[in-house]
Amino acid sequence: MLMPPDILQFDDVTFGYDRHPAVHHLAGKIRSGALIAVVGPNGAGKSTLLRGIVGLLKPLSGTIQRHGLNPRDIAYLPQSAEIDRTFPMSVFDFVASGLWRSTGIFGGIGGKSRARIAKALGDVSLTGFENRPIGTLSGGQTQRMLFARVLLQDARMIVLDEPFNALDSKTSVDLLNLVLHWQAEGRTVLAALHDMEMVRAHFPETLLLARGLVGWGPTAQVLTDDNLATARQMCEAFDTGAAACEAATPSRAA
Amino acid sequence: MLYDALIAPFVEFEFMRRALAGIVALSIGAAPIGVFLMLRRMSLVGDAMAHAILPGAALGFLVSGLNLFAMTFGGLIAGFTVALASGLVARSTETKEDSSLAAFYLISLAVGVTVVSIRGTNIDLLHVLFGNILALDDTTLLVITFNATITLMVLAAIYRPLVIECVDPLFLRTVSRAGGPAHLAFLALVVINLVNGFHALGTLLAVGLLVLPAGIAQFWTRDLSPMIAFAIGAALIAGYGGLVLSFHTKVPSGPAVILIAAVLYVGSVLFGRVGGLIQRLFPGKHLEA
Repeated sequence: MLMPPDILQFDDVTFGYDRHPAVHHLAGKIRSGALIAVVGPNGAGKSTLLRGIVGLLKPLSGTIQRHGLNPRDIAYLPQSAEIDRTFPMSVFDFVASGLWRSTGIFGGIGGKSRARIAKALGDVSLTGFENRPIGTLSGGQTQRMLFARVLLQDARMIVLDEPFNALDSKTSVDLLNLVLHWQAEGRTVLAALHDMEMVRAHFPETLLLARGLVGWGPTAQVLTDDNLATARQMCEAFDTGAAACEAATPSRAA
Repeated sequence: MLYDALIAPFVEFEFMRRALAGIVALSIGAAPIGVFLMLRRMSLVGDAMAHAILPGAALGFLVSGLNLFAMTFGGLIAGFTVALASGLVARSTETKEDSSLAAFYLISLAVGVTVVSIRGTNIDLLHVLFGNILALDDTTLLVITFNATITLMVLAAIYRPLVIECVDPLFLRTVSRAGGPAHLAFLALVVINLVNGFHALGTLLAVGLLVLPAGIAQFWTRDLSPMIAFAIGAALIAGYGGLVLSFHTKVPSGPAVILIAAVLYVGSVLFGRVGGLIQRLFPGKHLEA
């Protein structure tokens, strides 16, 4: 069987803030069309890794090879509550911003785009909410709206940071189905998740983080008791007097 | 009677017509900028910037007396310097923009007051502080109109990234590099409109036509485009009303304009359809769905 090409490759990458690493010496490859769960305790560096992948954070050392994938071709959904919900804007306009790649600063939104926006809102069950101010949506509806925007971004790679947090089960299931649908369409999806049952049931590949790589591969082989125990013992300390890192080898290759 | 009070002053006196033309141009440019200042939670930034342009205008004054171009140019340079410096410091370090702006505008204000006190007289100082919209000459009127035109054109160009940056700055950063330039262009527009208001209302009140109309508009609609229209309308009413008030009483024109805006603001706080006090106290029966 022909292996799909790599879409992203980490070469001994360290991400962090102010020289303090949050994800140490990561190495490995993401194959095109993969569906990967990024798992680990709070503070393990999941969000940091995702921010690095979408280009919001530069590596402290090492490199990411994107193989022709522009960071702007990646749709990124950060942990919620980063949008200003008091801004006077309708759901329709908010979702329409997902078309940025085709409209840019000046491009109009014609009939075709309107149809796409209507379809995206339908896909997340928000038909009828077009003219509602974004501030009037509930938490679950807001997340549905954010997913609709991701839909319109039509990106080759989609990166989701804890997308199902604080959602009821119906909303989670609906949105999870969208994620699975994206993979079926051949898109590459990375999602930071906490729900191990969901990961085991639906995500074929898992990347287990604890400030460095603990394991990366088929989910069943990564989410072992040993690995999870190792991850739990992760040191959360932020040593202000830490010496410069001398490690020469990646923590573990995929 | 009503004609005498409201229309006759403008028919009879050219300086009133000029003032009206000036305030109309001023309102059309400043009110939309004010709406974005408010939505970006930067209303007080406008106030700080108004202080920041003082040294530039004062330097222009020092070099060439009460020369309009020199003072405008100086004000623009000082305002841009402070806006750019604080914007760049905030974007390239971990400092938040409010604190970097506070630092730079205070430096600028100290320099400005020093410059004025080295050479200015009290009368000059009064002009700088309060402006005089009843004494607009042709060039001033042209400068104000030109600035308002530039404002609308640039605002149209940066509208989309500006809006998205307000709602979801992180999203904009992941899809485009337009956020930074749009933000800087917006700060430039703030400066241009402050300098504009500076001629008519003086440094202390220039920010009034930016901030008050926006504050009024937010009590009447929840949608951005109508909000901008409301703000422009409120600025026009305040401008016209202020001129009439100033004509019939001894209230100086600048404060008169802002006073009328203040009356509209208080009225909106009380009676506003969107979150006004009365509406909050007596919301009526709740709806079915």
